[in-house]
Amino acid sequence: MAETSKQTISIREYPVDEHPDKNYLNHDKGILSWLITLDHKRIGLLYLGSITFFFFLGGVLALLLRTELLTPAQSILDADTYNQIFTLHGAIMIFLFIIPSIPAALGNFFLPMMIGAKDVAFPRLNLASFWIYVAGALFALFSIVTGAVDTGWTFYTPYSTETGTAVVSMTLGVFIMGFSSILTGINFIVTLHKLRSPGQAWGKMPLFLWSLYATAIIQILATPVLAITLLLLIMERVLGVGIFDPALGGDPILYQHFFWFYSHPAVYIMIVPAFGIISELISVFSRKTIFGYWAIALSSLAIAFIGFLVWGHHMFVSGQSELSSVVFSFLTFFVGVPTGIKIFNWVATLYKGSIDLKTPMLYALAFLFLFTIGGLTGIMIGALSVNVHLHDTYYIVAHFHYVMMGGTVIALLGGIHYWWPKMTGRMYNEVWGKITCAVIFFSFNMTFLPQFVMGSQGMPRRYFNYLEEFQGLHQFSTIGSYILGLGFVMMALYLAYSLFRGPKAPPNPWGARSLEWMTSSPPTHHNFEYTPVILHGPYDHHQPEHEFRMGLVSESKETHG
Amino acid sequence: MSTSNHHTDDHLQHHFKDEDQQFESSKLGMWIFLVTEMLMFGGLFVAYIIYRAWHPDLFYLAAQELDAGLGALNTVVLIASSLTIALAIRSLQLDEFKKSIQYLSATLVLAATFLVIKYIEYTDKFAKGILPGGHYSYEGISHEMAANFFSIYYLMTGLHGIHVLLGMGLIGWMIIKVRKRSVHSRYFTPVENTGLFWHLVDIIWIFLFPLLYLID
Repeated sequence: MAETSKQTISIREYPVDEHPDKNYLNHDKGILSWLITLDHKRIGLLYLGSITFFFFLGGVLALLLRTELLTPAQSILDADTYNQIFTLHGAIMIFLFIIPSIPAALGNFFLPMMIGAKDVAFPRLNLASFWIYVAGALFALFSIVTGAVDTGWTFYTPYSTETGTAVVSMTLGVFIMGFSSILTGINFIVTLHKLRSPGQAWGKMPLFLWSLYATAIIQILATPVLAITLLLLIMERVLGVGIFDPALGGDPILYQHFFWFYSHPAVYIMIVPAFGIISELISVFSRKTIFGYWAIALSSLAIAFIGFLVWGHHMFVSGQSELSSVVFSFLTFFVGVPTGIKIFNWVATLYKGSIDLKTPMLYALAFLFLFTIGGLTGIMIGALSVNVHLHDTYYIVAHFHYVMMGGTVIALLGGIHYWWPKMTGRMYNEVWGKITCAVIFFSFNMTFLPQFVMGSQGMPRRYFNYLEEFQGLHQFSTIGSYILGLGFVMMALYLAYSLFRGPKAPPNPWGARSLEWMTSSPPTHHNFEYTPVILHGPYDHHQPEHEFRMGLVSESKETHG
Repeated sequence: MSTSNHHTDDHLQHHFKDEDQQFESSKLGMWIFLVTEMLMFGGLFVAYIIYRAWHPDLFYLAAQELDAGLGALNTVVLIASSLTIALAIRSLQLDEFKKSIQYLSATLVLAATFLVIKYIEYTDKFAKGILPGGHYSYEGISHEMAANFFSIYYLMTGLHGIHVLLGMGLIGWMIIKVRKRSVHSRYFTPVENTGLFWHLVDIIWIFLFPLLYLID
């Protein structure tokens, strides 16, 4: 670095070619050019398509569950089928949808563009990671058709070692998908360290990238532990190795420790990238520099770190020592601090901003409401005495749906709308976007608010029947879930319509300042035809836009030096 | 794939500015990968620690069944192979291709030796009925959890053995690369990274050997 700072470089503005003939979508033709593409943008879209498919599948399963819960007794599913369906809903939504969702789809697409790189550091590894994901997904689907799984997505022993269902193929699928997640994490860390453009200091990176960086650290440190845990579980079933099985002298609590050592940090793999998207949306649609840049950036890392120390809060009633429970409960409160810092900084960014209520911003505001509810109820159930009462009730179900769906999915939708013009080159219909956002916001609350009430009144989770006094709330929740499903259908329709009939998108429809908006929509194959040079911060809305389109004057001088 | 009009070396991929950047990226990526490997083995080491803390007597008794002589021999074999692969990288950096191939082949032979010795140990145990988990039928150890120790033994050495096999595959691939001269003093990243992986395999064994064989 010391060497390059002595060098003088000359820069100039590179005006954007509005609609180039060649872009990344028509650069190569044919299905094969997509399936073996090394282009991070295309791989991002492959992921986006896959997670959309699995979100649909998991969503249909969720609606089946809600339909069964219309009546206190059996309605359409028997108890065993119900167990299988809630397990599949959880496993699909967690491992096939939400873990890869933001990093692998939007992250893959925008991480290199935001730092002015042509690609991620290891494009072939990136493609491999997608196909490993597909292979893992095939194992999971195979397990669904060969007897499904009825253990819950957590695969707790000893039941998971005893049940006659297809646990081995499902866990093998999750094991394989773990490698995909690890490879993505490695790729992102190396890319951010080594491929940033001249002038792109760490302090000038968009906050979305800080959140992806924190996520990648969790991915590489936590996922291998899940891998070995599931491998041990598979060995338990195949060979009876007796590490987790009490009948063979093993310890089922040890399984829970192992599992949550991954799966609690994994919760942050799911939510931290969402924080990154919200930082982008709030700043861009308030036309204001983000408030507390470093506080937001470093709180992502703080969450990644503290997130490794809270796993025991899943085990307050599993028989761990009281001292451990007290420590874990304290650390659980503690992880709320950096999260709270983010919320306050976002609200402070809104203050006196010139707020533009476009669809992505509506999702960002919906996120602030829903995630705050999800986060604060998380603090409540982190308290020991309250947790004992609410453990394994619908209160927990409502809490993590507020965080995962109200948080991550809402942020993902905001991100998809925000970057839709860049990814597809088309504008979606703003009116339909806003209507759909409102439908989703209200129906989401209709679905999950009653579950807080039911949970606090003692409705246990994972039951396919219930006491009659809960029927009203259950039915209210089910109707909400139908409207929620309808909201997603509406979104699918207007987004699909925009692909064919939507107006062509300008390079920077939102007046944003980060680098991905300084090239055409959709971008060309190499993202930039020059080496971008970054002069200002990503949220410096007070600086003239052309100063964000600077690049090195002479390419050749740069490369042989 | 590569649009390297202004690059003369074909190994420089289009999205890198120069070779230093590419080399440093690959190496950083490899180190991060090694971290994930350590964490994966870390899970097994935690299981080992917990079961040893719970049943110290079992670990003492069961370790007597393992052949410390063969274990020690294997340790020497692997440490020697770490030396030969380091020498192979050194030779390649000096463009001494023949020597590099010889050292890589020596590493391959040593790795195979390790697996042969491991095979002798395993079959010896299998013959006695010391099999993993539910298949355990040996009666020479008077401890009800005896099968448990050997489950951990087989899991740890087995996962390590798989890594030895993977390493052998990589080393074989590197021999082909050196033969084709697609790696040389200006570009030796793949061989360097293979070396890093092989040292990890070595280091894990250096921990496994005393933990499993030398319990006193």
